[in-house]
Amino acid sequence: MNAAAADAGIVVVGASLAGLRGAEALRRNGYAGRLTIVGDEPHRPYDRPPLSKHVLSGELAPNATELPELLALDADWRLGHAAVALDRAARTIRLGDGTDLAYERLLIATGAQARPWPDAAGGGLANIFTLRGRDDAARLRTALAETPRRVLIVGAGLIGCEAVSCCRDLGLPVTLVDPNPTPLARSLGTWVGGVIAECLRDAGATFHAGAQVLRFEGDAAGRVVRAHLADGRAVEADLVIVALGATRETGWLSGAGLMADAGGVTCDGACRVLGADGTPCPDIYAAGDVARWPNPFYGGRLMSVEHWGNAVAQAAHAACNMLAPAGAQQVYRHLPAFWSSQFGINIKAVGLTEGADAVAIVQGSRASRRFLAVYGRAGRSIAAVSFDQARWLPAYADAIAAGQAFPPIRDASDQGAFTPMAPGFPPARATSTHIEARHG
Amino acid sequence: MTHPTETVSSRTIALRVVVDLNRCQGYAQCCYAAPGAFEVRGHEILFYDPAPPRARRGEIERAVQACPVRAISLQADDGETP
Repeated sequence: MNAAAADAGIVVVGASLAGLRGAEALRRNGYAGRLTIVGDEPHRPYDRPPLSKHVLSGELAPNATELPELLALDADWRLGHAAVALDRAARTIRLGDGTDLAYERLLIATGAQARPWPDAAGGGLANIFTLRGRDDAARLRTALAETPRRVLIVGAGLIGCEAVSCCRDLGLPVTLVDPNPTPLARSLGTWVGGVIAECLRDAGATFHAGAQVLRFEGDAAGRVVRAHLADGRAVEADLVIVALGATRETGWLSGAGLMADAGGVTCDGACRVLGADGTPCPDIYAAGDVARWPNPFYGGRLMSVEHWGNAVAQAAHAACNMLAPAGAQQVYRHLPAFWSSQFGINIKAVGLTEGADAVAIVQGSRASRRFLAVYGRAGRSIAAVSFDQARWLPAYADAIAAGQAFPPIRDASDQGAFTPMAPGFPPARATSTHIEARHG
Repeated sequence: MTHPTETVSSRTIALRVVVDLNRCQGYAQCCYAAPGAFEVRGHEILFYDPAPPRARRGEIERAVQACPVRAISLQADDGETP
């Protein structure tokens, strides 16, 4: 390593939750050298979950969710210009303003970006929004405050459903369109997702299940006026929220000779980024939404986890490894977890429901919309979801982490008998961009 | 350690609060300690003010201490983090 690189210290690329918590962990673990944090937005790290809830509803200002810094970072913040290229030979990062930034070690935490609606299908029209960042939320909030005649939300995942809930709280007419039979079908299955379908109906939202938007049509001024669906129907709407998930922010790594694509940047178990030849780079780590790593909880299957808790835990883990010798790298194990609130219900989940062949209520009842449901796969408990029964969740999380039989905890349930149901997951998407691989 | 000048001048919010809602179990002790900053909606949705006014610092520090699962983080603009 040359003197300039050693002097450059650690650079964290990405100034959101993972970047911030990673930087804090570096300092907490004794790193006293130079620390630089690069962010594409002009803002200091802020919390995203409130954006699709209380910021849309107008209860919180878009700039209110700046994250606490849990210790003095003594960092050089380079905000407002994205990293656009990585030169591993020169150990430099090119920023959007054309400057080069030297690094000794690098933590990649660039996260993800909202999947946009294609321009060819009307994506360039005015009043079509995606929701990922604070500026997105501010623009959308302003547009919602102008009382649109009808809001159309495309995609019934967590963000789409939270947006429907907010719009109904604001009294706005809303239509939700999703190709699946119920909301949240991919993450929770249609049996649990059906509860949210009932909530949508009770809240007065219109849900077009099994439907697909083909294109948007605009007026002479270029503002969206309606959506055309694949079944020939049209939905009149003057404000559209496209909530079709996210793609990982890895474009800046193309040409860097790393294993990176729109699905993430591939790491080894210790969060070290892999070169194109599959060898871990000793000086480049990744964490948060952008990182795809072999999770020991799932037999070493490569996965990325786009949730708040993973950003915090993986960034702290990667930071520890960055400061540890090559022979003392610790493997990152993570049981995914997320929360959402919508239609007055607190939803929390742990584990991955993927591949579940059964689901059973183990506490509460589906009819009351207060329950804890466990998902099983081949006789093992793999995930649990709570609707307003959060205090049960840690016990079930432990059972899932331990791979207990399905359903677990048979002696401490309020159910007379367990009735496993078909969870109702839609078939896998045909358009997967990468093949999931196994390590070792 | 000193903050670069840019860092200090860009901070305009006196108190910053975040709650780890994976960890939160809805014990609602924060709502008793700092009723102006934390509120339970419905059965167990925690709503909180992530940028409360400086005058609430004392009660929010009590909320941090009262949380049975230690889910609340606070930063005050003097850099202290209880």
